[in-house]
Amino acid sequence: MTIYSEQDAKAILDKAIKASVADECSATLGGSDEGNIRYALNSVSTSGFVSDCNLAVEVAFGKRTGTATTNRFDDASIREVVRRAEELAKLAPENPEFMPAIDKQSYRASATFNDKTAAVTPDYRASVAAACIEPCRKDKLTAAGFFTDSRDFMATANSKGNFGYQKSSDMDFTCTVRTDDGKGSGWVARNLGDVGQFDVGSDIRTAMDKARRSVDARALEPGKYTVIMEPAATAGLISFMMFNFDARQADEGRSFLSKKGGGNKLGDKLFDERVTMIADPWDAQAAVLPWDQSGLARERTTIIDKGKINYLHYSRYWAHKQGKQATGQPGNLIMAGGDKSTAELVKGTRKGVLVTRTWYIRMVDPQTVLLTGLTRDGTFYIEDGEIKYPIKNFRFNESPAIMLNNIEELGKPVRVKGDESSFVMMVPPMKIRDFTFTSLSDAV
Amino acid sequence: MDRRDFLKLSGAGLGSLLLPAFAGRVIAAEELLSSLDVATKKKLADVALQAAKAAGAKYCDVRIGRYLRQFVITRENKVQNVVNTESTGIGIRVVAKGTWGFAATSELTADAVAKAARDAVAIAKANAKVQSRPVDLAPVKGVGEVSWATPIVKNSMAVPIKDKVDLLLGVNADALKAGASFVNSMLFLVNEQKYFASTDGSYIDQDVHRIWAPMHVTAVDQQSGKFRMREGLSMPCGMGYEYLDGRKEDKVELPCGVTVYGNSYDLREDAVAAAKQARAKLTAPSVKPGKYDLMLDPSHTWLTIHESVGHPTELDRVLGYEANFAGTSFATLDKWKSKNFRYGSDKVTIYADKIAKGTLGAVGYDDEGVKTQQWDIIKDGILVNYQAIRDQAHILGLKASQGCCYADSWSNVQFQRMANISLAPGKDKLDPAQMIKDIEHGIYIVGDGSFSIDQQRYNAQFGGQLFFEIKDGKVAGQIEDVAYQIRTPEFWNSCVAVCDASDFRYGGSFFDGKGQPEQVSAVSHGSATARFNGVNVINTARSLG
Repeated sequence: MTIYSEQDAKAILDKAIKASVADECSATLGGSDEGNIRYALNSVSTSGFVSDCNLAVEVAFGKRTGTATTNRFDDASIREVVRRAEELAKLAPENPEFMPAIDKQSYRASATFNDKTAAVTPDYRASVAAACIEPCRKDKLTAAGFFTDSRDFMATANSKGNFGYQKSSDMDFTCTVRTDDGKGSGWVARNLGDVGQFDVGSDIRTAMDKARRSVDARALEPGKYTVIMEPAATAGLISFMMFNFDARQADEGRSFLSKKGGGNKLGDKLFDERVTMIADPWDAQAAVLPWDQSGLARERTTIIDKGKINYLHYSRYWAHKQGKQATGQPGNLIMAGGDKSTAELVKGTRKGVLVTRTWYIRMVDPQTVLLTGLTRDGTFYIEDGEIKYPIKNFRFNESPAIMLNNIEELGKPVRVKGDESSFVMMVPPMKIRDFTFTSLSDAV
Repeated sequence: MDRRDFLKLSGAGLGSLLLPAFAGRVIAAEELLSSLDVATKKKLADVALQAAKAAGAKYCDVRIGRYLRQFVITRENKVQNVVNTESTGIGIRVVAKGTWGFAATSELTADAVAKAARDAVAIAKANAKVQSRPVDLAPVKGVGEVSWATPIVKNSMAVPIKDKVDLLLGVNADALKAGASFVNSMLFLVNEQKYFASTDGSYIDQDVHRIWAPMHVTAVDQQSGKFRMREGLSMPCGMGYEYLDGRKEDKVELPCGVTVYGNSYDLREDAVAAAKQARAKLTAPSVKPGKYDLMLDPSHTWLTIHESVGHPTELDRVLGYEANFAGTSFATLDKWKSKNFRYGSDKVTIYADKIAKGTLGAVGYDDEGVKTQQWDIIKDGILVNYQAIRDQAHILGLKASQGCCYADSWSNVQFQRMANISLAPGKDKLDPAQMIKDIEHGIYIVGDGSFSIDQQRYNAQFGGQLFFEIKDGKVAGQIEDVAYQIRTPEFWNSCVAVCDASDFRYGGSFFDGKGQPEQVSAVSHGSATARFNGVNVINTARSLG
């Protein structure tokens, strides 16, 4: 069994905490069932199902800590894992940054679990693959895709009486459609909490349409362009930037959020005033667990307020050292936007480039968060509010810190996760001026 | 390299999670030295093979794996984490009704293993309904009961944790003394105890060891608000703890004044150099963009080879199996069939191997029981071959697999992964000091940095750790903000010289990601210092106002 009820999970965690003779004991129990199907060349290539559940026990004797894990939950195994953690703690050097176990927290449940998503079957996965492969085969197109779904739970407890339990579920779909002559490529991605909202028939048509329309791409000169970025095109750049929203890193002088002469840029206006980003574990479309990895309760937090840096994450140690209050690390990112769809943003554009997605994004210079990467699977030239013709892919060298100062218009945010972003985000399509493309790519 | 692992390892403000996300249970250090008994493994393998055949499998292979990993992670004067993990189980792959099926279990009892074998056959039969072409396996002759082990001198798992912690904290102290503002140093140690058996009549027991000692040194100038990082110049490799001996004969001083390392590594010495060089980076002049002749040290070139030759010549990518994730390849079958596709200049011979001593890819047999070998991918500039496994060999007209099959765990199905891919040294006598004399306007690059390449492997951009301007045959000084952009065939055709075998060294990737769900593998790439003429260099400095 990998998905325990709240009562059973609590019983296991209580046994572990009771078994410990250390000064403090914290334990987490997490389990998941994940199913997937993968297809390529219009044929199913692999399908799989993985179940796993693990108990992690961390104990402390003074400032010495030890951690051990197990996937067996009988009484003897629980005692054994606690004993191993205690042995490791006794052997460990003192940690000068040791922080005692968190106090009892108050967690307000968030809607991370969806019955329909949790009930996805192998037949359903096969039907998703078939719904992509069949229309592509008919239209001389080739589909390659991946559908994965998961149901899981997380429980946390410690010797100070803290306890939390919550179930989650998730589905993620990506599909690349290529023309049989290899001259065109389109892509679609969908990440949802509720599989009931998933319309594979509509999504696959988007990818097929992009594949057909991207054939015989023309070359434009690299340079600065007005771009319409679909949500998947900016999510990777923004998520890369968010790794820098750490107070310690900024205070240590090694972040674009460090201040010349010392300190950080908390309170400084760094972006266009239309840029507002919040973290909210209870967001209806992007819910996440109401606690972070350390067990601290998450709060609704405004990270960027009308272009101003309003929040940096303080780890418990750094908060203690700097005299700040530590709060739960955000688990999602919700960016404010407008009401327009990508198509409507295109309509209002005289000259520009439409970017479906960006890919292989890597840090070039952390000093300015300069990132490089490429457009992929559907890049088009826009003139007088219409898509005129497909263009060859570009390599960009751009900083999201600059990009978010060059906003012309924001559309309606949509949910994005996976691919180039590791956490769930609500990101609007964006119209951005002076986006820097530095070279052409022949890749289709 | 997988981006998320890279982020976790970069050590910059990433919260408390500094442990690479590998499955496995945490174990005590003494358990790292034990292994499963071969007779027990054979008995379990036979149970699986018989159960699969009885259920209707035409072919079956079994991998009983025990995967041990140890991570020691430090920053400045602190040990951030010491973790030992172990994952043991059995993966069973079958061909039934012309279709692959796979199942795995961590329960090593005869009943559980037989059930997993029957599950694998049932999955194969179910998937046969949507199979367009039956599996065509290149033959492999059974080798009976054999074994192979990485030729290590000192088992890393046997070195006490205290010694490892003392080494890393000593390294950090030296770096701080030499001017570093911050330093992270780590040890990643891997031992794969793999037992392979198949219906071809092979029972192969292998003991594979790998080691990596990454380090990041940061220098901060608070007044100017500038910071720069210099990463260590070690290579991850298929060796034991002896790699950290830092033997004198393995050190090379380059004409740009940087010390690089061959078959062993002096972590302390490199940490001190890194601190000084990171500080020098803070005031080094910014590069003037334009065309330069590049002189690339092997500590840098490995990553360019990996991205622009290793990946595009993986046959599954060429065929379209990775189209939705990693992408396809510009090195299409028609180019190979033409026998005259010029991938590079006649100075460029690039070979694949799974046998070179000390490399990450070296094993006796791959994960489908094929004896490992060496073969050419690009011969005197012409594309002549790919990297293939048993069910792909027929596509290339080969009578046998090249032995490129690998799975990162017993619980994942094995598939085509990159072999070691290396640039052959030049035939004429040439060392870096001689090479530099002929360069009028160039940049010497040491160490790997930022990297990005498109989904067909045409357009790439690479940074580095250290950059030196070359003027009129001499090093003119350290510069910064360098990245070069290439189109793969043009770049390899601009190669005008490769130093001789005396300068041949390896680099490599410990975490190369591929597949959905993603699996990691480790691979080495060797070269001697090489020169590329007229490459486009951009300036990466920006101002945030």
